[in-house]
Amino acid sequence: MFAGFMVHAWVVATMVAVVAGVVGFFTVLRGSAFVAHAVPQAGFAGAAGASLIGISTFAGLGTFAVVSALAIGMLGKRGRHDAVTALALVFMLGLGALFLSWSEEYASAIYALLFGEVLGVSTNQVLATAVLGVVCISAVVILYRPLLLSSVMPEAAEARGVRSHRMEMYFLVVVALVTTMSVPVVGALLMFSLMVGAPGAARSFTDKPLGALGLSVGISVAIVWIAIAASYETDWPVGFFVGVLGAVFFVTGRGWAAWRRSGAGRVERARQPATGPMRFTTATGMNTEPT
Amino acid sequence: MTSPDRFDARPEVLRLEGVSLWLSGREILHDVGFSLRAGELTGLIGSNGAGKTTIFRVILGLETPSSGRVLFAGHPRPHRNRLIGYVPQSIGLDPDVPLRARDLVALGIDGDRFGIPLPSRGRRRLVDDMLEAVDAQAFADTRVGKLSGGELQRSLIAHALISQPRLLLLDEPLASLDIRSEQEVVGLLARIAREQQIAVLISAHEMNPLLPVMDRVVYVASGRAASGSTEEVVREDVLSALYGHHVDVLHLQDRILVVAGKDEGHHLELEREQHALPPRGLG
Ligand SMILES: Nc1ncnc2c1ncn2[C@@H]1O[C@H](COP(=O)(O)OP(=O)(O)OP(=O)(O)O)[C@@H](O)[C@H]1O
Ligand SMILES: [Mg+2]
Repeated sequence: MFAGFMVHAWVVATMVAVVAGVVGFFTVLRGSAFVAHAVPQAGFAGAAGASLIGISTFAGLGTFAVVSALAIGMLGKRGRHDAVTALALVFMLGLGALFLSWSEEYASAIYALLFGEVLGVSTNQVLATAVLGVVCISAVVILYRPLLLSSVMPEAAEARGVRSHRMEMYFLVVVALVTTMSVPVVGALLMFSLMVGAPGAARSFTDKPLGALGLSVGISVAIVWIAIAASYETDWPVGFFVGVLGAVFFVTGRGWAAWRRSGAGRVERARQPATGPMRFTTATGMNTEPT
Repeated sequence: MTSPDRFDARPEVLRLEGVSLWLSGREILHDVGFSLRAGELTGLIGSNGAGKTTIFRVILGLETPSSGRVLFAGHPRPHRNRLIGYVPQSIGLDPDVPLRARDLVALGIDGDRFGIPLPSRGRRRLVDDMLEAVDAQAFADTRVGKLSGGELQRSLIAHALISQPRLLLLDEPLASLDIRSEQEVVGLLARIAREQQIAVLISAHEMNPLLPVMDRVVYVASGRAASGSTEEVVREDVLSALYGHHVDVLHLQDRILVVAGKDEGHHLELEREQHALPPRGLG
């Protein structure tokens, strides 16, 4: 399972899992899960189109992902952009279907773009994935604080000079780059599972932002490793295991949170009497004492 | 309550001079002018759509006045400013956000800077001290989405205060609080203004909760503003001029009731009495 061609698979899949876990943390925090679904579909259409005209699928994938991410950001400038995202999604799916119908001989390559080809990764791909991965992680590390602030409290961020729309555009470009590195490995349909399933599960387990980010990476890597091993043993598609495990972790997280809430509720009630009434004395001499 | 002389002894932190603002072809603010002084608590009072949030946005530099000036300690407002603390109106928090009250407060230190902050003892002490100052230790490690309205408001005040601003702006901090939390938050804000000599501007649609602690009031109605002490501003002649039609100001024990709605049912009763009163000068 760890010999020869499999080494590339483990290395590339781990890199994809780490980056998807990091970027996915902000995807879920910003409520942009839908974008993380639309951009890979655009990448898929781009890759299908590129293979049709005989240029690098990687280039087609990257171009379509970045352009669609920027378009979603520009058109959805005023507040929520779910309608624009949905439109981009169906437009790109339609385009992908058209390219698909023209190129039947590439059916297996197309299948790989949708569901991933983790066991057939080349050396070139390892390098490209590594470069994009480093770029994405660096971007998130640099943007961490303003992105967190503008995700949680956009008005307060604006007041501090953090332009929310600029943050949104940076973030969408990062999502496009993650897409470009991930789609050839886990596929357009399953990338979503890593980008949303892992961070969605992580935030049920911890209240700390950096803790949730780290756990998101951990869960994402676990999903990918288990999926590859299981796929190797059973010969079932990797994608099946990635999709199922994403859902399993998410549901487990919710269950854990519910269980902890019921436990924490009891602690809360026990703590109540210790907090006495507060008293404020103001300069006007007013003494407010809540009853 | 307090004489105007006492105000003038305090350094001016912010001054708006004749600020007008046009947005999408509408004049949202018209000739708004007032000043805020260190250690003073000012109420920005007005009904829905009066222009309170817009005034905050102008002060923060998020809207540029069509005419008029905003002066920060006598100077034009610097572009990016940690000297202003801001608590926005009703932030809609996702209850599942993995962020504790203390993380929210820490974001107030340098949330606009690039990079991941390294945890340090200094940072932690700064956050702990701030949490203590707003009486928030009990829920410091609680997820922000699980906080009660009053607890969230205190956390947000700590977030805005930790960068040691000279001016603290709070947009409707009392909305959705019960009377007890309302009193706690108002008392806390008054204490902050006095002890740290910060100019505090609080918007509200109801002035009564602020009456005991408010040094000045800026009354806003359809984009126009009148400012001064409560006695100077909350009078029938001043408010009638501001609204452009007659307004009743009723004093009920310690409370003030401003009846400004032209077509409210209970107003008809009051309007009949109005004819018995001598005409008042508008100004
Ligand atoms: N960008 C904008 N373009 C056009 N009109 C605007 C814009 N922003 C605000 N307005 C209008 O300006 C008026 C004042 O709005 P503002 O939000 O300042 O009121 P407010 O006093 O804060 O009200 P509330 O108590 O409901 O929060 C409203 O009529 C609003 O529709
Ligand atoms: Mg408002």
